[in-house]
Amino acid sequence: MSARTIWPGIAIVIAFVVGGILTFAFGNDPITAYRALLSGSFGDVYSIASTLVVTLPLAITGIAVAFSFRSGLFNISAGGQYWLGGIAAAWVGYAVKLPAVLHIPLAMLAAVAAGALWGAVIPGLAKAYRGAHEVITTLMMTYIATDFGHYLLEGGPMQAPGYTPQSPPMQPSAIIATLVPGTQLTWAILLVPVIAVLAWFVLQRTSLGFSLRLAGYNLRAARYAGVNPVAAVLTALAISGGLAGFAGSIQVLGVDRRLFDGFDPSYGYTAIVVALLARNGPFGVLLAAILFGALDTGASQMQIVANVPFNLAGVIQGIIIFFIAAEGLLRYFRRRRSAPAAEPRAAAAE
Amino acid sequence: MREPPPTPAERPHETVLEVHGLTKTFPGVRALDGVDFDLARGEVHAILGENGAGKSTFMNVLYGLLRPDSGDIRLWGQPYAPASPNDAVAAGVGMVHQHFMLIPALTVAENVALGAEPRRRGALDLERVVARLEELSEAFGLEVPPRARVADLSVGMRQRVEILKAFYRDARLLILDEPTALLTPQEVRELFRVIPQFTERGVSVIFISHKLAEVSQIAQRVTVVRRGKSVDTRPTAGATPRELARLMVGRDVDLQIPHPEVEPGAALLEVRGLRAEGLEPLDLEVREGEIVAVAGVEGNGQEPLIGALAGLLPAQGEVVLDGRPIHNLSVRKRVESGLGLIPSDRQDEGLVLPLNVAENLALRQYYRPPFGRGGLLDLGYWLERATAAVERFDVRPPAPRAKASALSGGNQQKVVLAREILGEPKVLIASQPTRGLDIGAAEFVHQQLLELRGHKRGVLLISLDLDEVLGLADRVVVLYRGRAMGELTRAEATREKVGLMMLGHQDAEEAA
Repeated sequence: MSARTIWPGIAIVIAFVVGGILTFAFGNDPITAYRALLSGSFGDVYSIASTLVVTLPLAITGIAVAFSFRSGLFNISAGGQYWLGGIAAAWVGYAVKLPAVLHIPLAMLAAVAAGALWGAVIPGLAKAYRGAHEVITTLMMTYIATDFGHYLLEGGPMQAPGYTPQSPPMQPSAIIATLVPGTQLTWAILLVPVIAVLAWFVLQRTSLGFSLRLAGYNLRAARYAGVNPVAAVLTALAISGGLAGFAGSIQVLGVDRRLFDGFDPSYGYTAIVVALLARNGPFGVLLAAILFGALDTGASQMQIVANVPFNLAGVIQGIIIFFIAAEGLLRYFRRRRSAPAAEPRAAAAE
Repeated sequence: MREPPPTPAERPHETVLEVHGLTKTFPGVRALDGVDFDLARGEVHAILGENGAGKSTFMNVLYGLLRPDSGDIRLWGQPYAPASPNDAVAAGVGMVHQHFMLIPALTVAENVALGAEPRRRGALDLERVVARLEELSEAFGLEVPPRARVADLSVGMRQRVEILKAFYRDARLLILDEPTALLTPQEVRELFRVIPQFTERGVSVIFISHKLAEVSQIAQRVTVVRRGKSVDTRPTAGATPRELARLMVGRDVDLQIPHPEVEPGAALLEVRGLRAEGLEPLDLEVREGEIVAVAGVEGNGQEPLIGALAGLLPAQGEVVLDGRPIHNLSVRKRVESGLGLIPSDRQDEGLVLPLNVAENLALRQYYRPPFGRGGLLDLGYWLERATAAVERFDVRPPAPRAKASALSGGNQQKVVLAREILGEPKVLIASQPTRGLDIGAAEFVHQQLLELRGHKRGVLLISLDLDEVLGLADRVVVLYRGRAMGELTRAEATREKVGLMMLGHQDAEEAA
């Protein structure tokens, strides 16, 4: 196994060790703290379900981000597309009357379409025709999406009667059934592995995926291979955005059951870390999303049982991010330092 | 500090440089595996070897860019272990790289002074540079316009600036790395005229090359390196090209490219008034069973021509392939109509390095049967086909799953060649198909191009290598500043004529 493949594992271990040292330094017992973290996230069926509730949107937005990364695009607006998906699903969920077999799929479809358009139209066209970098445009689109959402709920057309900034509740026909009674975990969790397999299949086994990967690896070579770069950019951003929008619909239809003002776009950023930790592999994303879901969920138990502040989970997440980013930086500097020697080395290899 | 070097007459046969048992290992490669070398004052000593034989590594050690693992180097009798190019320069070693290290936006004088600027009251004293430059130009026979911008100079002129840069820093040992690679024959002749003027003034020259003829012409002695070892050192007088080639490659090689008679047939590629940015309206024709070569110094319109033909760049004008206009078609449709392309840059355009050989072989056809059907890829077929292809085209290692980045340059080129030939093109555009390849791999590429010609296909060869152009072409078109300077038949195309046209002479007859 190369250093590159085991690095995420090392980063996680380092993060937990540093977290343990910090816990100890503040006068707590790290073993007790981690035991509480573990039992809080995986200790019984309820804690596992709670962990998976967080895992679900993270996994799908993580796959969305990984998909764009594999296509050579940095869609960092999964959060914005997630919001748009939530808005679309919520509207279909409370405003349209349909039997459940149609209602849920229609709401999901609306969310996918909203996310896809949000990702592809402005950032995609701006990139394809004007060369505007998608990091900037998708980031700006995130702000627009969240502010648009707040407008809709704070006195806008989607606010339910009353003073609370929230939409009307979903009709029963639009609510995804609960999988584990007494928790927020719905049947939608079963879609996550399906989406991972689909994403992998599209990338690795279809000509569409091959052309997106070509564009991701090397745009010049992709053009030489006959790939239309404009189509590749639009398609990749639409698929990525559609997936993120889909995650939003699952949150609204399954967990929140209405659209709240506090509908959280930060999944979009955590999704970037999840994708990086997973090296953009759809299955690695599942594991990384479970890890982050567990950290989020177990932290409150840790606070209650071991008296360790909830924020330790955030510290551990931060350290993981730091080391994943640091590895990228290290590789960058190593390449720069060896640059003068690169020429003879290339010659020697011939 | 700037004492004139003693003339050879004062200190005859003094040894400038002695190298014994030099080794250098890179991960997985013994780049230098016991190199012995010596250089006398005022001598031109050539180092001859194929790409990857270790020439560049050796020079980078001498110039302080790399540290050897072991071995002994003495310069003017003193132990010599430069830790950086600055050390090398301070010791009187100058190097002219194959790719020039000049800043095009600056003038000649500014480039020469860069890093060694004389100052007067804190300000750059360019007048002193110009004066010194004129002195050096005079002494070494290297005329340059000190105040001209480098961007406006020809390649030959830029090389002189590089050499003067070394002399400005008092180099007494000059390393010339493949100095003729980018020059026209006329510029080569000019270079060979001035080199003896350096040696007359006591400068010693290491002349790196893989071209047999020029080594015999300019050097007094030649050291042949093969696989990191110095296999032999001998006087060039009396050494035949055949012997040198055998030493260099390790086996007998056929130096003459065989060129059997093929009766050309109907026109396969007709180009009329094709123009693009950097390319003036151009007419061109390639017939069945013909290799048409486009010669020219790099950057004279070759890339716009290739891009316009392949559909990679916006262009106007007519391109007709086998009777069918293709100038409005996409890149993909042009490939489907039978236009193959070996791009100049195999690593950044012809291949996707992180992908494996099988994937790279499918690069331009992956979306259609039998590579894929209904949007799904048939990866089993890719592997099967790649297994046969690596065998037929002698790709080493013969591993369809090996990443393209893991292959040597020669084997990478074989993969590109295999893909384009297996695509059964009517016309193959081959741009610099042997650049950077060793003699054996280049021979193989030439055979494949000639085989296409034998099968009544057309080949448009774009090459900077005059030997390749003259050896392979049935007709030669010369590009200069984006314009066709004329067309020569195989019989008409001599080194002299093509060289003059490469320098911009419209009609070779009138110029000659």
